[in-house]
Amino acid sequence: MSNIIEHLPVLQIVVPLVAAPTIVLFRNSTLSWILAVLASWFCLFGSITMLNQINGGGEIPTYLIGGWDPHVGIVYQVDIANAFILTLLSGISAVVFVYARTSVRDEIPEAKHHYFYAALLLCFTGLMGMAITGDAFNIFVFLEISSLSGYALIAMGRNPKALTAAYRYLIMGTLGGTFILLGIGFLYMMTGTLNLEELSHAVPHYAETSVVRAAFAFITVGTCIKLALFPLHMWLPNCYTYAPSVVSAFLSATATKVSFYVLLRAMFMLFGAALIAQAKIFLSFVIFLALIGIFMGSLKAIGQDDVKRLLAYSSIAQIGYMVLGLSLDNADGLTGAIIHLFNHALTKGGLFLVMGCFMYRLNSTKIKDLAGIGKKMPLTMLAFTIGGLSLIGVPLTAGFISKWYLAMGALQAGMWWLLVLILLASLLAVVYIFRVLEAAYFGTPEKEHDVEEAPFSLLFPTYVLIGSTIFFGIWTEPMLGAARKSAELFLSSGGAL
Amino acid sequence: MNFIIAASSATHDASTIGGHGTFHYILIMALMMTGIYLILSRSNMIKSIIGLNLFQVAVIMFYVSMGKVEPGTAPILMAEDVPHAEHDGHHDEAHDADSHDAPPAAHSPDPKKDVELGAHTLDHSKKVTVGPTTSKVSKITYSNPLPHVLMLTAIVVGVATTALALSLVVRINEHYGTIEEDELEDKGVLI
Amino acid sequence: MMILLPILIPLCTALLIQVLGRIASDNVRDGAHTLMAIVNFYFVLQIVPLVLNGERPEFFIAEMLPGAPIYFQVEPLGMLFALVASGLWIPTSVYAFGYMRGHHEKNQTRFFTCFALAIGFAIGVAFSGNLITLFAFYEALTFSTFPLVTHHQDADAKRSGRIYIGILVSTSVCLLLSGVLSVWYLTGTMDFTLGGIIAGKVDDPFIVSVLLALFAFGTAKAALVPFHKWLPNAMVAPTPVSALLHAVAVVKAGVFTILKVSIYIFGFELLSSVNDWLMAIAAITILFSSCVALTLDNLKARLAYSTISQLAYIVLGAAMANPIAAMGAALHIVMHAVGKITLFFCAGAIFVGAHKKYVSQMDGLGHKMPWTMAAFTLASFSIIGLPPFGGVWSKWYLCLGALEAGQVIYLVTYMLSSLLSIGYLMPIVARAYFRKPSEHDEEHVHEAPWMCVLPLCITAVGSVLLFFFASPIRELLLPIFEGGVQ
Repeated sequence: MSNIIEHLPVLQIVVPLVAAPTIVLFRNSTLSWILAVLASWFCLFGSITMLNQINGGGEIPTYLIGGWDPHVGIVYQVDIANAFILTLLSGISAVVFVYARTSVRDEIPEAKHHYFYAALLLCFTGLMGMAITGDAFNIFVFLEISSLSGYALIAMGRNPKALTAAYRYLIMGTLGGTFILLGIGFLYMMTGTLNLEELSHAVPHYAETSVVRAAFAFITVGTCIKLALFPLHMWLPNCYTYAPSVVSAFLSATATKVSFYVLLRAMFMLFGAALIAQAKIFLSFVIFLALIGIFMGSLKAIGQDDVKRLLAYSSIAQIGYMVLGLSLDNADGLTGAIIHLFNHALTKGGLFLVMGCFMYRLNSTKIKDLAGIGKKMPLTMLAFTIGGLSLIGVPLTAGFISKWYLAMGALQAGMWWLLVLILLASLLAVVYIFRVLEAAYFGTPEKEHDVEEAPFSLLFPTYVLIGSTIFFGIWTEPMLGAARKSAELFLSSGGAL
Repeated sequence: MNFIIAASSATHDASTIGGHGTFHYILIMALMMTGIYLILSRSNMIKSIIGLNLFQVAVIMFYVSMGKVEPGTAPILMAEDVPHAEHDGHHDEAHDADSHDAPPAAHSPDPKKDVELGAHTLDHSKKVTVGPTTSKVSKITYSNPLPHVLMLTAIVVGVATTALALSLVVRINEHYGTIEEDELEDKGVLI
Repeated sequence: MMILLPILIPLCTALLIQVLGRIASDNVRDGAHTLMAIVNFYFVLQIVPLVLNGERPEFFIAEMLPGAPIYFQVEPLGMLFALVASGLWIPTSVYAFGYMRGHHEKNQTRFFTCFALAIGFAIGVAFSGNLITLFAFYEALTFSTFPLVTHHQDADAKRSGRIYIGILVSTSVCLLLSGVLSVWYLTGTMDFTLGGIIAGKVDDPFIVSVLLALFAFGTAKAALVPFHKWLPNAMVAPTPVSALLHAVAVVKAGVFTILKVSIYIFGFELLSSVNDWLMAIAAITILFSSCVALTLDNLKARLAYSTISQLAYIVLGAAMANPIAAMGAALHIVMHAVGKITLFFCAGAIFVGAHKKYVSQMDGLGHKMPWTMAAFTLASFSIIGLPPFGGVWSKWYLCLGALEAGQVIYLVTYMLSSLLSIGYLMPIVARAYFRKPSEHDEEHVHEAPWMCVLPLCITAVGSVLLFFFASPIRELLLPIFEGGVQ
């Protein structure tokens, strides 16, 4: 058993990475699906094992790829923060992949199924890799693996606009990735190492050099592009709107979250101490951007006619919340950011799965087509309602916990006005969610729908995610504990900002 | 490979960066800005992709130039630096084929042995040292090979990105009959 | 576990109704609703002896935030509110049965589902053991009643629904939640403790005033001016909703929150140092809404404004920060609930039996609808506060409390308001009995179905009985006030 645990970190990457080409060889829809699901379940099992191990006070031995010395080789290092992220990623995938079967059969031509699943697994691998790796350059490689397969996945959407959306994302994403690469290059130039651990010790010695500042700028901007922080969010709404339902759900729940994690790592572990001098002005600038993101995203969401697009804009707002928590620079705020990363992934993933159910039955997610659908598809709509409430941050849902911590973070930072703004912004969420609810429950359909409830194979995974937003809104200890410990880890390493 | 890295990090501290060899950075920056300008001026999709390539190439050249250590030679192991030459005698011929200008006594580190060593130590302990284990400082200065190796990956990534982008453009052209972003915008496709 | 039942049963009822609504006839569904209401009341009654014995049964669900769990604890005030909500659920369920049928309303399954949910959440508010639990159920109550307000699904209902959710959610999120957060931040606890938790932790009277304002205005369900607009707007809902929720459960959850916060979070001592402006606001609300009620012709709207003024009685009682006034306020929760629900039942019965909504149309109704109008008269007397009706006791304590606090001006306010309530209620009674009905009415007006009339007679009789049996309620409440009430 101990041997397996020792090898778990690399298996997290190897299993899906090997499964992906195998799927292409099989060229069979069902078989590829089974393989993808099994791979994601294996990863989920692995990450939960590791998270438990670390939560119980244990440690996961650092894994040296090929046995090379950490100084030159790649290491996989699992601490509480990335065990948490890995669990989230594999958990979301384990659910979304199950859901994929029915939805993909409906939305993707049969001949492309195995490519679809292969790309999905590769994307998953890339995201897992970004979270687990302890090597700066490796982050870039995995980022590109996940991004490239992500572009392909988005382009598979039925609407031809998916192509232009994917193209836009590709240009932006590659720019972002290359920025990160450049930033890593600067760091390597100064320190002669790519190992994150060694970097975090070495970077502070060069904190005052312009090279490190440039590295910080490039890495931050690069991750913010992938993260879709305002004003670098332009690629996101179209991608989420026109991508296949499964892809929207998967990417919205994972891709931006991992980028956020990379940003956290970079800011707190690599540059933390290096930036003390410049921190204040930079942080207030980030708070400013986050707030604009929150309000702009929410206001834009209110004006949307397509629910998928509405959710996409809401994602931009929620990303603003996460970045806000990060820039508060205190334990509560950071905990809020990390727990919001988790909660929002569950909520938004669940809501996009609901959109998939509507796509499956109605072939549309426009608000006017959803009028009166609450009667025809009550269970699907109930899932949307719960997810929407969690998005608003109603107590007893997961969303409340994160808003609470963000608000406490604002109080701790002594910013009362920020508390008011955070609460006001969540009112905007009330408006856009209730627009949909009002149409779905109290609207009169233009023409009578002749639709049934979504099939069980779609509803079940949807309810797993949606149900978990309630579960983690009440029984918060496991995830809150991990988020707290991660926040403390970040704040204690490399010195606070 | 400990000694190689040791050499590179010793050379690349803050004092040398601002030294005489900054001219190529300016060239790289110019190339990079050209790339970004091409992307942002965004008329023709193909041109944007060319811009993206330029941008990536600039970063690749940046890395490659960064690996250069004055007055280092190409990072190919010289005879004077090879430890345990007596143990690796049976590999002489293979090595000679690789680096014909090196003295006949030179030996390359055995890659197979490295892998074995790695796997071996993994089973037993967390901390491993790989490759030639002597920590003596090299007599010869080498350029740093690591950035070159990294760029192999980056180049592959760049090629993949370009391929994907081009295939997207082909599909866009099939659907809309144009690859001009302005025209797509007029059609209400790009919002 | 036992105290969880009164919360769980209504929630299960909601589920049951959804199931029955699909597989069984409407009568079975509504029968089950009434049955569950009775069962629920039974289980609430089971808890009363425990509380009377001085026990504080509690139940811990989960540690939602570190140190701030989801946690229930039954204390006398919550017990009283739970009794009111669950007790009045029974007649309302019968009444709703008759009303919804008599009116051929659509979407009855959704209606009854949300209805049961709202009751469950109201009892959740009553049994909350700390602020965060209370806040959670307070919000749940808002969201669960939204479909009831928009029940008719027309433009008017949707507009009212938006106002409803807009005012209630924005105040609770911006003000109440800030209040809860601030209390947590300043004191590090959220448990309800007799004597308050803020005293000693926060000394600056300005901050205490701000906190009080956050709670008083954040609890918009208590309908203090200027956040009272939602209540008249919510009257587009079917009458059973207006009766039970917007005269009893929802609004009482609001004043209950204020009362509870003033007793268990602020404590009388601290409260009495900052309460001037709150008393003034409450008094203004009382007089303002009574005057508005005088001018309204729509019966339900008039009753709604009357409700706003009566709620402000309770807020004023809580704000006076002495045991006697608080006792009056708590009693008024019961007395007003029974009286006002009767009036709303009557308004609904008149609507079903005579299709009349306006006071000016009600000439001579007393002869055609004798039972309804008799009940209306009795309940009016109770609201005004005449003996021998329950309303007299609460008003008595409230007035004594005003004297105790040395605030003669608020005693006058109470008196003046009683006069005003005569002004807006008695003309209806007078019209019904002393004017001749129009000829058209002779043929079309008849008593509402018995299922509408029976509940309102029961509650009218209840308001009389409360006059004679007020002392058990007093005894139940006494421990909170530690002998401060003679």
